[in-house]
Amino acid sequence: MTLLLAESIYGGYGGTDILHGVSMAMDPGEMVVIVGPNGAGKSTAMKAVFGLVNVREGRVRFQDEDITNLAPDRIVGRGMCYVPQEANVFPSLTVHENLEMGAFIRRDDYSDQLDRVYELFPPLKEKRRQAAGTLSGGQRQMVAIGRALMLDPRLLLLDEPTAGLSPRFIDLIFERVREINDQGVGILMVEQNAKQALAMADRGYILVLGRNRHEDTGPNLLNDPEVAEMFLGG
Amino acid sequence: MVHFVQILLYGIVLGSVIALGAIGVSLIFGILRFAHFAHGDLMTLGAYLALAGVSGLSLPMFFAFLIGIAGTAAISVGIDRVLYRQLRRVSPIILLISSLGVALMVRSSIQMIWGPDNKIYSGGVTMPWVVEGIRIKPEWIYIVGGAVVLMVLLHLFLQRTRLGKAMRAMSDNADLARVSGIDTEKVIIWTWIIAGVLAAAAGIFLGLDTRLHPIMGWKLLLPVFAAAIFGGIGKPYGAIAGALVIGIAQEFSTLFISPAYKPAVAFGLMVAILVWRPTGLFSGKVL
Amino acid sequence: MEFSGLISYLVFFLSMAGIYGILALGLNMQWGYTGQINIGVAAFFAVGAYTAAIVTTSPSPDYLGGFGLPFVVGLVLAMLVAGVLALFVGLVTLKLRSDYLAIATIGIAEIVRLFLKNEDWLTNGVRGIPAIPRPFGNLGGVDDSVAFLLIVLLMVAGVYWTMQRMFRSPWARVLRAIRADEDAVMASGKNVLRFRTEAFVIGSMFMGLGGALYAHFTGFISPEAFDPMFGTFVVWVMLIAGGSGNNRGALLGAVVIWAVWTMTESLTSMLPGDLVTQASALRVFLIGLLLEIILLTRPQGMLRERPPRPIDDGAGERQAR
Repeated sequence: MTLLLAESIYGGYGGTDILHGVSMAMDPGEMVVIVGPNGAGKSTAMKAVFGLVNVREGRVRFQDEDITNLAPDRIVGRGMCYVPQEANVFPSLTVHENLEMGAFIRRDDYSDQLDRVYELFPPLKEKRRQAAGTLSGGQRQMVAIGRALMLDPRLLLLDEPTAGLSPRFIDLIFERVREINDQGVGILMVEQNAKQALAMADRGYILVLGRNRHEDTGPNLLNDPEVAEMFLGG
Repeated sequence: MVHFVQILLYGIVLGSVIALGAIGVSLIFGILRFAHFAHGDLMTLGAYLALAGVSGLSLPMFFAFLIGIAGTAAISVGIDRVLYRQLRRVSPIILLISSLGVALMVRSSIQMIWGPDNKIYSGGVTMPWVVEGIRIKPEWIYIVGGAVVLMVLLHLFLQRTRLGKAMRAMSDNADLARVSGIDTEKVIIWTWIIAGVLAAAAGIFLGLDTRLHPIMGWKLLLPVFAAAIFGGIGKPYGAIAGALVIGIAQEFSTLFISPAYKPAVAFGLMVAILVWRPTGLFSGKVL
Repeated sequence: MEFSGLISYLVFFLSMAGIYGILALGLNMQWGYTGQINIGVAAFFAVGAYTAAIVTTSPSPDYLGGFGLPFVVGLVLAMLVAGVLALFVGLVTLKLRSDYLAIATIGIAEIVRLFLKNEDWLTNGVRGIPAIPRPFGNLGGVDDSVAFLLIVLLMVAGVYWTMQRMFRSPWARVLRAIRADEDAVMASGKNVLRFRTEAFVIGSMFMGLGGALYAHFTGFISPEAFDPMFGTFVVWVMLIAGGSGNNRGALLGAVVIWAVWTMTESLTSMLPGDLVTQASALRVFLIGLLLEIILLTRPQGMLRERPPRPIDDGAGERQAR
């Protein structure tokens, strides 16, 4: 079974296309990274997969089922969860309540999953009664990812999880993302910190101006001097 | 001193009524993102539905109260399903204008059915208790007590139940709520149920304290909104504080200016907070 | 109906339609041009009417007014006072967004109404101000009303022409730009607040003019005449029905909705006496229903404005295809 398959996606906001025939594929448990210059449409591609952006042409298949243009609240129930780049926690709710909201559609006992998230992010356990809006950027990001994990997804979409974080937290988040991936959860991640991301990734896609430009394993992309120069920056 | 306490009591009673309306307005603004100008008339609706229970069905006040709140909740949900839901995608301004139309339709329907004259729940005047020179109407116990009970129930709902937390989540960030899989339409329906119940209770309490007439709710719309804005719109707890401030201030203003200008006090306080601290006392959203 | 009766009915109808047309044009300046929600139209309408009344009636022992000044002076002062009130409102609230302005205008209308009712020394309170003169004195009969109708139509034409001129001007281009993207306009250094205030004040001045004409038309005003239903809500329905943002739409809406209103009045006046107040409530209900139907089915109104506007987002554009 292919975990995720996006075929020739054309789409964008309103009437204009931002994506011009983007294709991606993932196997279960893979970590795939999307990198590229600003304005490449990386976040848009991810949102198109999750039903947040209109797919005008092309298809998205998740676990061999067509989910093209399905609304996000229908996709979440099938095992794909999404962490937006900004405004990704409920600020007036406590950490614990944020996680509870992540599990909203679950009708079973999810205390196991809660424990697992707290194990993954120990600072959250300590601050679980604190309002999420009062946490630091790095801790908020942990809440954001934790919320998305509550449904025990097969595929986790992360939109620039380390944006705006201090180096210490960047390392921490990447470490945790790898750990989540080690537990068998597929990761599709858009990242500006391309080098660090590709170093962990199984595979990577380079998008430029809404089109596929390059695709290869993580290490290959990292070691390709042309790619490094053009797309990976500093 | 006695005078002071008497006025304070008037203010607390009025504040309790305004609070129940203001909480609903705040919730609707936080979750549905528009200023619901038909809210005052929902209060009137609740009062008159209860009247139908009392005079039409000869029910005791308590059961009439239940009819009032249930009927108003159902009608509020109905109005949303038929009208507001179709307009959500257009703009919050159109929703505001539409709610003005709803206000007029509700008010005029009430006038058509019950007529324009003042009405009361029961004939016979209950004698106020006099304690240390302070007059206390027995109804006030029900009004303030009832308001407190409703607010406590709401608090428990918002803090302890799954749906209540989802409501707070959606008020924080509706997009993230959707992305998390929260059933936003269900939350919206419950928002209208709660707003309808609280508004009806406010109307019934107001009717108990004074009397019923078709514009009773519309006359409170300004203080209700002022209270919601004062406390920070989108923050139901702030609305309670705002309502008490406005209620008490309105009553105390009678010491200095003509009672006819009481609504102007609410307006003045609202303008003051908009100029000084637009997010309200408890930093709600800015409209 | 005999011919002269028909003529006088038509003259009456067109005079009121014209007055409401001016109110609708004023509201169009505020809502249509700059997206500012004024739910206190009645306040400016009333202020204009009372100013004209106080200034032009003969002296009276009951209240301050009665300066016996000419008609034109009344009109001008009515517009000025309405404009000053609008400036005051604007200074306080125009920095904030439309929902706040909406509530603030409700507050203003309420305060104005209370003021008119209670400050007897100026306004004669609930007793109202009678015997407001017509500009040509009392010629009596049809000639007098026709003359007044011509004045009203002249004013309508004047306001309409002014607004059309302003609509094409560079000033209006900035207003449209503000409506489309306020931040961009601010970034280019233009004082957005000043433009919005100007539009708000000018719109209110037109409403004051309408009020003054109304006072002379009916000859008697009291606070009751300016209740939110007649003074504000009906104007909104007119503008939305006719097509907001659109001057011809405003006038068309005024005529059509006024026709609906007066027709329902003649229908319900045929009902037995004790049903009369219920009947007036029924008319209010129908107007409210009409508004909702318009918002649901054709929110852009009868005459679409050609440049894009907020009310057309989504709904209007979908219907354009």
